[in-house]
Amino acid sequence: MAIIRDGMQPFDLYQPTSVEDALTLADRLGADAWMLAGGLDSLERFKDRLKRPKAVIDLGRVEELRGVRREGEDLVIGSMTTLTEVNRDPEIRARFGLLAEAAGEVASPQIRNQGTLGGNISQDTRCWYYRGGWQCYRAGGGTCYAGESTQGQNREHALFGVEGCAAVSPSDTAPALIALEARLVIKSAKGAREVAVEDYFVGPDTDITRMNVLGTGEVLTEIRLPATWAGVTFYFEKVRDRPVWDFPLVNIAAAMQLSGDRIDRARFVLGAVAARPWRLPQVEAAVAGRARNAAVDAAARLAADGAVPLPQNGYKVALVRNLVKRAILGKTTS
Amino acid sequence: MNASPLEPIRPGGMTRRQFIKSVIAAGAVTSAGLLFTGPAGAGHKTSPGAVERLITLTVNGQQRRVDVLPQETLAQTLRGKLGLTGLKVGCDRAECGACTVLVDNEPLYACSTLTHSVRGKNILTVEGLARADGGLHPLQQGVLDEQGFQCGYCAPGFLMATLGYLTANPNPTRQELAHGVSGNLCRCQDYDKILTALMRGAEYMRRG
Repeated sequence: MAIIRDGMQPFDLYQPTSVEDALTLADRLGADAWMLAGGLDSLERFKDRLKRPKAVIDLGRVEELRGVRREGEDLVIGSMTTLTEVNRDPEIRARFGLLAEAAGEVASPQIRNQGTLGGNISQDTRCWYYRGGWQCYRAGGGTCYAGESTQGQNREHALFGVEGCAAVSPSDTAPALIALEARLVIKSAKGAREVAVEDYFVGPDTDITRMNVLGTGEVLTEIRLPATWAGVTFYFEKVRDRPVWDFPLVNIAAAMQLSGDRIDRARFVLGAVAARPWRLPQVEAAVAGRARNAAVDAAARLAADGAVPLPQNGYKVALVRNLVKRAILGKTTS
Repeated sequence: MNASPLEPIRPGGMTRRQFIKSVIAAGAVTSAGLLFTGPAGAGHKTSPGAVERLITLTVNGQQRRVDVLPQETLAQTLRGKLGLTGLKVGCDRAECGACTVLVDNEPLYACSTLTHSVRGKNILTVEGLARADGGLHPLQQGVLDEQGFQCGYCAPGFLMATLGYLTANPNPTRQELAHGVSGNLCRCQDYDKILTALMRGAEYMRRG
């Protein structure tokens, strides 16, 4: 799509200073309102006329949505906490280094200074057909240009769960939060609900037009990290075309509880291989109770089970297998 | 300022008369007219409880009154209305870094920041680097001494990103600084010399 240089279409801008006010506004404005976090994903699409909200609710002045605090054993991160703050927070680094590392690998310093943890996990897909304004399934149209066209450019697209749409989840922090069994607090004028972060994400089999369960009038307010995986052995790696400032081709977040060299329990989650972060329960089951060296081959074999490569993304199968191996052995060779 | 957080800042939230008054007050009548052909100043009726679009920004230590549309980016305000054309708009999509400015000492992309979101914060652009007597900032002196840039379009963004990075790490290795300015692109591919120049500037800053 041609770059439009005359700015964004007009909208009414609201800048509430409390969650309560934000929810009142969200309830009043309904589907007309767009919830703005850091704005890096949103403003681009406003400029490209792909989204034309009548009203924008900027959450940037809601102080109670920012910061990290302890609540009992849980660590509670406000959804508007920036990725830089997540990356630098001493408590996150000490207990949940996996998340700090993932946040530090997102995009560029400027984007991490502005982009938020809530926004990072709620951003839309980067599929260029979709973002270019093509009328694909996800945009309400009748085909997937990446996966169903013989000319489709699909090097960056999905390996798993392609049910119509071949777009992938672009987030680095989402796999880390799933590995850590985080829970999300979602509020609306009607009340609050808590969902496991794994259930926050939506695949095309459930709803091809959505990436997450956040509904009209709802605000993601908190990301809660339970002590379940605090301080275990972590592994995060992001493979991308450039060493910085790029979306993942594949990323992996792993948490392993070890007794000596034996894996007591583990979680492995991949990003950028499906429309939602892709957990590997079969690998987790296969490695439990085994020594790292003994577990690695079976894990690598199982890691890509169910993968259906598109013509240009077969290399992701090898990446997935090798990333699982590295996660188990804890080695980065470069 | 927002009268109430539940009230919006509207694109056409003022009468024509109020609008003209406000842009005159901001000293920006010509540039605002050139930049925006939308509802700004198009005589929309006043909405009940509508919010003043005329806000005060703190830029390079000065209080600047300016009329800001709800959908306006900081890059548009600084360049088009306040005449601060040092920052450049390369991609307008948070993909090149030429528009980098400091907001409360943190480097941000001005092209992807709503101006209303930085109300009450300290904005520093490349114009704010030089001393009052016109002497160069040590970082600029380093660039001058090492002839750091080729075409220079990306230079203001690199300078501001570097300044922000050095706040946290005043004595970086070359590798660390390269990572610190990894949110800025140079299409001349002059990175090696840029890094040499920025390292020299960082050294001058440490000497004070």
